[in-house]
Amino acid sequence: MTLNARIELALHNPHLQRALDANYTRSLEKRDLAMGALPNSALVRDRARAIRLEALRNLDQYLVQLEAQVTARGGVVHWAANAQDAGEIVARIAKAARARLVAKSKSMVSEEIHLNKRLQADGFEVVETDLGEYILQLRGDVPSHIVAPAIHLTRADVAKTFEEKLGLPAGVTPEQLATDIPLLTSMARKALRTVFVGAGVGISGVNFAVAETGALCLVSNEGNGRLVTSLPRVHIALMGIERVVPTMADLEVLLRVLSRSATGQNITCYTSLVCGPRRAQEPDGPEELHLVLVDNGRAAMLGGELAEALLCIRCGACLNVCPVYREIGGHAYGSVYPGPIGALVTPALGGMREFGELAQASSLCGACQEVCPVRIDIPTMLIKTRSLHLAATGGAPVWNAGIKMWSWAMRAPWMYRLGLRVAAWGAALLATAGPLRLPGPLAGWTDHREFPGIASSSFRARWAARQRAAAAAARAAAKSGERWEF
Amino acid sequence: MADAVRPEIGEATVAVLEAQGVKVEFPAAQTCCGQPAYNAGYRSEARAVAAHFLNVFDATSGPVVTPSGSCAAMVHHGFADLFGNDPVQLRRAQAVAARTRELSQFLVHDLKVTNVGARFNGRITYHPSCHQLRGLGEGTAPLALLAQVAGAELVPLAGAEECCGFGGLFSVKLPQVSGEMVARKTANIDASGAAVCVTCDPGCLMNIAGRLQREQKAARCVHLAEVLAGSVQA
Ligand code: SF4
Repeated sequence: MTLNARIELALHNPHLQRALDANYTRSLEKRDLAMGALPNSALVRDRARAIRLEALRNLDQYLVQLEAQVTARGGVVHWAANAQDAGEIVARIAKAARARLVAKSKSMVSEEIHLNKRLQADGFEVVETDLGEYILQLRGDVPSHIVAPAIHLTRADVAKTFEEKLGLPAGVTPEQLATDIPLLTSMARKALRTVFVGAGVGISGVNFAVAETGALCLVSNEGNGRLVTSLPRVHIALMGIERVVPTMADLEVLLRVLSRSATGQNITCYTSLVCGPRRAQEPDGPEELHLVLVDNGRAAMLGGELAEALLCIRCGACLNVCPVYREIGGHAYGSVYPGPIGALVTPALGGMREFGELAQASSLCGACQEVCPVRIDIPTMLIKTRSLHLAATGGAPVWNAGIKMWSWAMRAPWMYRLGLRVAAWGAALLATAGPLRLPGPLAGWTDHREFPGIASSSFRARWAARQRAAAAAARAAAKSGERWEF
Repeated sequence: MADAVRPEIGEATVAVLEAQGVKVEFPAAQTCCGQPAYNAGYRSEARAVAAHFLNVFDATSGPVVTPSGSCAAMVHHGFADLFGNDPVQLRRAQAVAARTRELSQFLVHDLKVTNVGARFNGRITYHPSCHQLRGLGEGTAPLALLAQVAGAELVPLAGAEECCGFGGLFSVKLPQVSGEMVARKTANIDASGAAVCVTCDPGCLMNIAGRLQREQKAARCVHLAEVLAGSVQA
């Protein structure tokens, strides 16, 4: 399906539109309140950006340091060059653990490398334990947001899914279920508990990894992250190589902006620091801890035109504030990472030819950059992505020719004037048969609004006439002996 | 865009400036800053047009004033990106950018006037264009000017800082999305009860005005210069 077809689908889904509108208003209000209440928030954001920049500048060093620290604490570090490598590494560990059931907490990297499919192909049963992800898995759906994966669904959708897949609890009508959030949650909890207890392997993402100490930081609001990383015998943590931060003090700064930007919370309900597997004197925790460092195109981004996108801490604020995301939702992007940051990261990681088109899904309004806690210049990089996409695909002939002609005309004032005249005639001609409708690639304009037409005399023509009249008046005045300044 | 589609904006701009005693020149060779091509990713085509812009304005002196926040933002930020690898052009671009102001900025920050003696009997609301607000970081100057318009009641616009959906070629490349966005804008304008919605960007103006017209709404979208020059009335 093309981008335009997916957009049409989204725009004509009133259900989705309601969910998106609700998300837009709610998430922005919460974010603004939380950020507004943070003292010196502008400075904290500057600091957060500086920390991320430093991490990327010396990424090689910090990753080696991280590996040494994790290893010293009894963990095992694996390096995965691409999605396939990462999938194989995880599958190998799971096989060695003789697990059948795998419990997962939320991880966008696992979505990126399509881990579930890979593990299922090897015969593992994989269960998502983040509530949103669990709902999606039951529905055979995919995330539409990097923080709130099921944001495109309403409560009624969830109730229907639970009724179908988990069965209606005794004595409850479907209507009751649709309004009873605690009941819905308890249904999920009941189903997931057996998964936590029975799983041989727990897989999690990593929000930040601290090079200094080897601590893996996970933030969540559901507590499933803690269960996944502590109950199963083996814990596998997946992270993109860019998610490293130098020190614990740096981590503290980033956490301050992450939760506020993501959900408007001062801090998430659970902030876990995983520092190695269970130690001899400890009563619980996994026996093995594996950290899989996933490159999958990131190293190649460093030093390129889209490197700044690697600063991202995946808070999702740019999605929430984006007026285009608000209209079309996450699925319309057709990629794992949607929204403004997704329109950069997806082509950068997944291929410019195939995904560069996503950069068109922006009016370049700059709301994303304004809200981004690490101040990523998303609009400028969207423009760069458009250039890279043109270079990769050659561009659409009609636009190539149009822009080329326009560029010529704009360099020669006489051509520009001629162009204006032709456009004015053309517009007048088109308007003779009724309301003006623009032709060809410009038709989209008049599908949604009127076009005012081209003025019969341009400003420059009027200006020139005025100058001539003024000059004539000055000559006449000079003749009559008067002098005045214009 | 003001030149071709709404020359009245240019005339009003000149009138406002001359009323302040400013001597206005209009270099006849000027065309465009190159932003449409730049935003679409056509860098070399944009660079050629931007170079023409530099040739024209390098030969002038004094402030360069434009009735478009978007064009001013292009000169300030886009040129730096386009000429990043060309130190000679970059220096020229920086010199011109240092002289380039959007109209309200020039009036309020350079001339230090907010009351230009304009009158408008009716309700006004203001749509800050994205490039004015976030590109130039200019949120206050237009409002300061509008607050001094005699007879005008300045009313807030819900979702004022949300994009109107223009976005240059975005409006024809993803017209459905752009259409939804501008519909939100016109609904908010309608709800504000204002007779006119004022903006500092001819692009947004053409977009919003076109949609208001399509929906046969009573409100109109006009340029700040037109209100300040007294060339629009309720
Ligand atoms: S780009 Fe910025 S706003 Fe968007 S998800 Fe990343 S950190 Fe958050």
